[in-house]
Amino acid sequence: MGCPSMTKTEIDYSDVQGLVRFGYGKLRGASYALVRVRNQTAAQSWLCHAKVNDATIQSPPPSTALQVAFTADGLAALGVPPAIVDNFSTEFLTGMAEPNRARRLGDIESNAASKWDWGYANNTPHLLIIFFAKPAQLSDFIASSKGKTWAEAFDEVRWLSTADLDGVEPFGFTDGISQPEIDWNRERDVTRPQIEYTNRIALGEFLLGYPNEYNKYTNRPLIDPDPLNRELLHAEDAPEKKDVGRNGTYLVMRQLQQDVGGFWDFVKEQSGGDEGRAEKLAAAFVGRTRQGSPLVRSQEKSIEGVGSDPDDICLNQFTFAKDPAGALCPFGAHVHRANPRNADYPGRPTGLDKLITMLGFGPRGFRDDLMSPVRFHRILRRGREYGPELLPFEMHDLKPAQDSERGLHFICINANISRQFEFLQNAWIANSKFSGLTGESDPLLGNRESIPGCPVTDGFTMAGDSALRRRVSGLPQFVTVRGGAYFFLPSLRALRYFAATKSA
Amino acid sequence: MTPQANFMILAPIRQGGEEELCQLLESMNDRPEQLNVNNPLIPFTQFDTLHFARLLILKDNSVNDVRAYGGVPVPNYPLYLAFLGDIDGDADRFFDELVRRAGDGLRKIFSFCDGFEPTTELVRWMKAHSAPPIAAYVNWRGRTVLQIQEEAALQEALQKHLQNNAADFGNLSARQIHARLQEFIQKEKAEHRLKVSDARPTPVWWRIKNALHMIGLPLLALLLLPILILPALIYIICLRRLEKTDPELCWRVDQKYSDMLASREDHYVTNQFTAMGSLKPGLVRLLTITGVLTTVNWAARHITPRGHLGRIRTIHFARWVFLDGKKRMVFFSNYDGTVESYMDDFINKTGFGLNAVFSNGIGYPRTNWLVLDGCQDEQKYKDFLRRHTLPTQVWYKAYLGLTAIDLERNTRIRQGLESTSMSDQEAREWVALL
Repeated sequence: MGCPSMTKTEIDYSDVQGLVRFGYGKLRGASYALVRVRNQTAAQSWLCHAKVNDATIQSPPPSTALQVAFTADGLAALGVPPAIVDNFSTEFLTGMAEPNRARRLGDIESNAASKWDWGYANNTPHLLIIFFAKPAQLSDFIASSKGKTWAEAFDEVRWLSTADLDGVEPFGFTDGISQPEIDWNRERDVTRPQIEYTNRIALGEFLLGYPNEYNKYTNRPLIDPDPLNRELLHAEDAPEKKDVGRNGTYLVMRQLQQDVGGFWDFVKEQSGGDEGRAEKLAAAFVGRTRQGSPLVRSQEKSIEGVGSDPDDICLNQFTFAKDPAGALCPFGAHVHRANPRNADYPGRPTGLDKLITMLGFGPRGFRDDLMSPVRFHRILRRGREYGPELLPFEMHDLKPAQDSERGLHFICINANISRQFEFLQNAWIANSKFSGLTGESDPLLGNRESIPGCPVTDGFTMAGDSALRRRVSGLPQFVTVRGGAYFFLPSLRALRYFAATKSA
Repeated sequence: MTPQANFMILAPIRQGGEEELCQLLESMNDRPEQLNVNNPLIPFTQFDTLHFARLLILKDNSVNDVRAYGGVPVPNYPLYLAFLGDIDGDADRFFDELVRRAGDGLRKIFSFCDGFEPTTELVRWMKAHSAPPIAAYVNWRGRTVLQIQEEAALQEALQKHLQNNAADFGNLSARQIHARLQEFIQKEKAEHRLKVSDARPTPVWWRIKNALHMIGLPLLALLLLPILILPALIYIICLRRLEKTDPELCWRVDQKYSDMLASREDHYVTNQFTAMGSLKPGLVRLLTITGVLTTVNWAARHITPRGHLGRIRTIHFARWVFLDGKKRMVFFSNYDGTVESYMDDFINKTGFGLNAVFSNGIGYPRTNWLVLDGCQDEQKYKDFLRRHTLPTQVWYKAYLGLTAIDLERNTRIRQGLESTSMSDQEAREWVALL
């Protein structure tokens, strides 16, 4: 879309759903309702009265929070006209389970959408409704939020419960440590080449209606003003149009089942039963220790978008530049794949060096410049764990009775699903050739399926005790996809607009 | 060194023959996306100097775009069949082999082309229908299919040996490991379990031609410089004016078409890519694209480091070909990863080059000073490209599971193995490749 307008308006937090700004970490209870519209009028009436939380900072903070998102089918079921729905992104319209997309995401064989608990064919939800509250108040909050119209409005596809594991994911690692910092005030000049890794990312990467890392407005439905859409905001880049997407964004949800017993059995077996070595190997898979410390050392120099308190510095003030041989953190470690922490050019060139690098005469090392600049591929993670909690020692020797279903309800927020979530999942997480490796996939998330000509994708290489790298082979599949969908998380104005749509 | 060459046979398809030809081409696949390499028409695996090949119908969906330029009429272009490949050695020898091994199949295919009769002499016909590229890129000049296969076998043997004898290597330094593995490979070679062929001498004619090509272009530029200064100023003014007025035609491609393309993508670690479109009318644009592509061709051949096209390291082979008296252009490439990551790579790493070339195509997102903006309008650019992408009916790659980076690693491993003097640092870096 066109160029950013000269006047930057301040963001209206009261129009943005809170989840974009907050993880609601203090509200430790959470439940996800995946529903289909049963009766359009009732559904609209429920949405009209739903008290959806916005992103303004409140004091005291809210004791409950409600968030609502829609699939493409959901918008249609609400009567949103095709002229609007069709102008959302292709990924959103065709959905996560589309076969070509599924192949790229690694959702084949045991991960195949046809085997999902939800998100495929008839059990594709129309709406995702998220309830946050303190655990003791959650069921009351759900009951009061549902109100009288709920049963008439919706058919429930699934209720997904969550567990409060104290910020630790089921394998036992501290989770959600690294998040991009949203540049809410649009202070960073994205048109300047990024010579250093930055963790502060353009607002338009996480909210529609604002310039993204290319300084462009991501495509979204823009419509002509009429009395019904009076309340919608104008598009910054096309002031004569109303912006249905503005202050809204896309939400990706995937239910990832984690085989905790299988994970620790494998790691222990590879370590000859030695628990200390097992912990080390598991940390190498992740790229962080269980407590969250990165395997590479944090740097002195601050990183834009990384906080300045000691915890932030210790956990996130690092890049992989000082570890070019992968001696400290393996190239294939999960955190390296998920965020390579690179900049626009290899080797931080300035002046003439930059030009030389730009023309392709920069550093010539085997692994130099293999990855796309990460600032174009960041996601904001908002997921929650599910399944009963285990203590660290229990994981090492899981009794069959404790081996119930556990995992992560992965949620991420991004403005361009294909360039952000899908790219990350495909080019970095699932890629058997990531960063000059071969025969590997993400040690946690990989599906280990072979590719024609590449029979093996279940390896993992890391620095060993000697000059030779240690190669672990035969990694089982630890994570299985059990469901998923792409949602649109509308602004509160757009939500009210959808709720008021008259069906044709 | 054996230099690489390319060939492309381009022939108009007989009126009404498109559908049947398409079916015939598709019959070479097991599934739409999966070539049967032993198909009876062209048994690709029998050609041990063939890196990549493809057959496709060049069906340009954007011919009407030229209407955006007012008075320019829409020409009635023929529908072409294109058969192209990248090979070791020269094309003449390859054509002879092609006729020998796949003569009947080719006759069957070419019988759908204008003017091809059962009595037509195949080689002469193919040569008469050759369409040479204006620019071509080879990831690693001199690396043959044989070398790729031998180096892959070498890498595999080393990895297996290390895996099976991990304990023996535990306490060794990098240089000791290097020496041990040299011994191991010597033994394997002596017992004929591994073969590492020596590179063949570079043909003298090729060296002379290459040297002339290398000095020719700069020399020509130098000679013409004095008389070009004034025209260059006029050219820049004209180009700037065009840039401000050329129409942008970038809208989201029809979903069904995009899905059809997608169904043929991402089955392997490498994908093929074909894009086609009309060039902007007028002399200024023709001069621009000819100049830019001549420079790209020269630079790719003589100065870019091996394994790099600018900053991009994922392209095996690529080429640009003019069609219909330089009215249209088609671009072919073979690249690693998904089309999304391919496009991102281009935008983020070599956007200036992309703009300089493709902005001369009708409808490209608006550029500024030829190299700025353009593809930085990421979504417009991606929509533009998708609209110009063609399906490829038949696609062959000789080393299916290997990416360009794999090939580079294996070459580095082989080179290191042949090295007799290595510093500690070099040895450590070499061992890290294993």
